[in-house]
Amino acid sequence: MPKDHGIGAAPKRREDLRFLTGTGNYTDDINLNGQAHVFFLRADVAHAKINGLNSDAAAAMPGVVRIFTGADFEGVGGLPCGWQIHSKDGSPMNEPPHPVIAQGKIRYVGEIVAAVVADTLEQARDAAEAIELDLEELPAVVDMKAALADGSALVHDEVPNNRCYDWGFVEDNAAATDEAIKNAAHVTTLELVNNRLVANPMEPRVAIGDYTRHNDESTLYTTSQNPHVIRLLMGAFVLGIPEHKLRVIAPDVGGGFGTKIFHYAEEAFVTFASKQINRAIKWTSSRSEAFISDAQGRDHVTTIELALDADNNFTAVRTHTLANMGAYLSTFSTSVPTYLHGTLMAGNYTTPNIHVNVQAVFTNTVPVDAYRGAGRPEATFQLERVIDKAARELGVDPIALRRQNFISEFPYATPVALEYDTGDYPATMDKLEEIADIAGFAARRAASEANGKLRGLGVNCYIEACGIAPSNVAGALGARAGLYESATVRVNATGGVVVMTGAHSHGQGHETSFPQVIAEMIGIDEGQVEIVHGDTGRGAMGMGTYGSRSIAVGGAAMVRATEKIINKAKKIAAHLLEASDADIELKDGTFTVAGTDKSVAWGDVCLTAYVPHNYPLEDLEPGLEETAFYDPANFTFPSGAYACEVEVDPDTGAVSVERFSAADDFGNIINPMIVDGQVHGGIGQGIGQALRETTVFDENGQLLSASYMDYAMPRADDVPFYAVDHSCQTPCTHNPLGVKGCGEAGAIGSPPAVVNAVIDALNSGGHKVEHINMPVSPSRVWSAMQG
Amino acid sequence: MTQVSMTVNGKAASGDVEGRTLLSAFLRENLGLTGTHIGCDTSQCGACVVHVDGNAVKACTMLAVEADGASVDTIEGQANADGSLNVIQQAFQDHHGLQCGFCTPGMVMSAAALLKDNPKPTEAEVRHYLEGNLCRCTGYHNIVKAIMAASGQDVGAIAAE
Repeated sequence: MPKDHGIGAAPKRREDLRFLTGTGNYTDDINLNGQAHVFFLRADVAHAKINGLNSDAAAAMPGVVRIFTGADFEGVGGLPCGWQIHSKDGSPMNEPPHPVIAQGKIRYVGEIVAAVVADTLEQARDAAEAIELDLEELPAVVDMKAALADGSALVHDEVPNNRCYDWGFVEDNAAATDEAIKNAAHVTTLELVNNRLVANPMEPRVAIGDYTRHNDESTLYTTSQNPHVIRLLMGAFVLGIPEHKLRVIAPDVGGGFGTKIFHYAEEAFVTFASKQINRAIKWTSSRSEAFISDAQGRDHVTTIELALDADNNFTAVRTHTLANMGAYLSTFSTSVPTYLHGTLMAGNYTTPNIHVNVQAVFTNTVPVDAYRGAGRPEATFQLERVIDKAARELGVDPIALRRQNFISEFPYATPVALEYDTGDYPATMDKLEEIADIAGFAARRAASEANGKLRGLGVNCYIEACGIAPSNVAGALGARAGLYESATVRVNATGGVVVMTGAHSHGQGHETSFPQVIAEMIGIDEGQVEIVHGDTGRGAMGMGTYGSRSIAVGGAAMVRATEKIINKAKKIAAHLLEASDADIELKDGTFTVAGTDKSVAWGDVCLTAYVPHNYPLEDLEPGLEETAFYDPANFTFPSGAYACEVEVDPDTGAVSVERFSAADDFGNIINPMIVDGQVHGGIGQGIGQALRETTVFDENGQLLSASYMDYAMPRADDVPFYAVDHSCQTPCTHNPLGVKGCGEAGAIGSPPAVVNAVIDALNSGGHKVEHINMPVSPSRVWSAMQG
Repeated sequence: MTQVSMTVNGKAASGDVEGRTLLSAFLRENLGLTGTHIGCDTSQCGACVVHVDGNAVKACTMLAVEADGASVDTIEGQANADGSLNVIQQAFQDHHGLQCGFCTPGMVMSAAALLKDNPKPTEAEVRHYLEGNLCRCTGYHNIVKAIMAASGQDVGAIAAE
């Protein structure tokens, strides 16, 4: 019998009521009195010197308030990068300045060249057309291999060979890995591309700056996954505004998927310029702007080698990756191909020798940063593709080959610096084989073939690392931020609870799932608990929501604060019941003296805390509010096994996804309905990456896939119903809820399943195709089939 | 500027607009009906779907002046008279057919138009009909399920979950 409340129940989402009735409060729904509008003049060439900019005519046009150029930002800080990587020779990464408005040089199509502030958006847009630019075009650097070659044009004059860093991990493993590959019975090699994606949350970015002169305070309304982080980055590093004079509000946010983590130039601009003109300024991105200004994702080119001994045990993995940074270092760009990617290369397997090399490269393209999964999909894709290729080369069953090499004892220290605390990889594979009906595949393939189609089955495993931590270890590896989360639990006098969490919900349903935890702990109704997030004026500090960290880190902070509340409430109850607080038990919202029928209700204790007439004032402060900061001891390690079945039309190369099954181990589950939804969404994005989406720049750095006319978002008829299961649960051992996180798993685990399935189909019916890069489009499939 | 008048969610509404003002902008900016969302600028995403004289229309493909005299229904007018969710809205909540909520108004309005014309659509018909509505959160699973449930079909047998 499923639970009907508390942890493990699936109450309907309370936030749905406003979203379903058109009464949500997204940033673009906010309009401030007297606000001006900004239109950004963006570069339409990828690489050029700005020899002159004349805005005189534009400034005289109707409604124009002021035009800002790079000159206005000469004394303003640049956008900071949050993670410093060191190359394998010990040198720090090349970290060129990242200006709010281009300073003398344009480095990608979409970079802000000038900002026109006017009474209306239409006036600002019209005036922008009258700005005269004198540009000296330079050769565009687009291809990563060409960018690294001697003699290439330089995106940043001070960065030789356009190389940001040349990272090796773990360097102490290098020689042993080389040796193992040399001595292997079999080595499978695969070069592959992890295609560049545009995150495309359905809500475009919006920023509204609002300065009030009487108290010298700035407020930024922004579409952010982590408003406190924006306050810190923008306040401390860009504009020099102390936190008590800067409030950042991220209200309802329409999806993030990583691209709303980062601190963007537009946020700094509206905050800065609002003070200059003493008037609120609003910017709403068009979708066309989003394609050339939202940080993009993935874009790795990798060569991976997998070595096996004569018994098909994995003995080594060696990879060389080129990772595209785009023109500037976005906030967490540098960490994605390194500590969020190299550390995952053990996957679910006991490979003893692993070495990862990553060169990060500047190009004249839109900056690249974290997108759902961030580094972990790249790791999983290459590993699970090369294992599949090895199985085919060796003529062994790909599932059996994986099972043979599974890690089976925990904790397990990988050769790439992680310690997995728990997992049960055979159990998730067993569950997958059941829900995907692997045994029935042969019959389904025969049926497809009878219809003139090829059918393929692709299977893979994945491991994810969620909730990067602990802060001191991350700091030693170059992180410039803490990775804790905070929560303040405020109990009101009549027993209602308000939780100020640093996590941010932009689709994840925290307003529903977080109260389930509190309700379980105290034994009160979930309706008595309210979640507050997304406003630095209401919660003290927060690191936000990304990396599947909300419940594992933010939820843990909430638990710790609630434990403090309960401890204090027990003392109050003990006083009221004239007992020792060690003897007080809390169950179903009632405090009882153990072994007696003496009790007092939750509400009475709360009231006593605020009306402390019968109260131990000499020992205990009145009130009932506690804060906790939780810094995890380790990552959490969700894992799973995924299966995809596709049909390929041999005449057209069209691929259709017929079945998709996911067996995940997320540890304990708070709300299974929400977890299912997270997995569904991740799978949808993964199928999109595998079959449809890609980002194409021409040789001049012009983005060719710059709208929904050209960028193939997955649509409802591109995907099937998914079979998802999370009944395999090995709880995390080091956080109080035993949870692992589920937000990114679907996007991490699904692309290799889809591609493995297509390749399986293309090795049936007399065909033989080794690999096709994503997106596995009909033209690529058809071409590959022609040999 | 031109004055336009129309009936929006059963009430008379009017305002001054430029010739280039889109219906979506008129609804959001003149009338403050911000439930109609703008997710793209190429009429691909469907977040702005409303009903004009009973037909589903992307409000960004229509000028406000073209809707002069028309009857327009938006997401704000979909709930029952007592404020409770209508059948489609309730099915979206029951089946977790929304996450961030941004595409949701368009999805609900498209679903209403579909079910008006096709009261018992198949899965394939629902998926085909939603080609003009993008969602980035749900992988469409629970949206399709919610619409089929709203049509009175038993969705209990849909893929294990």
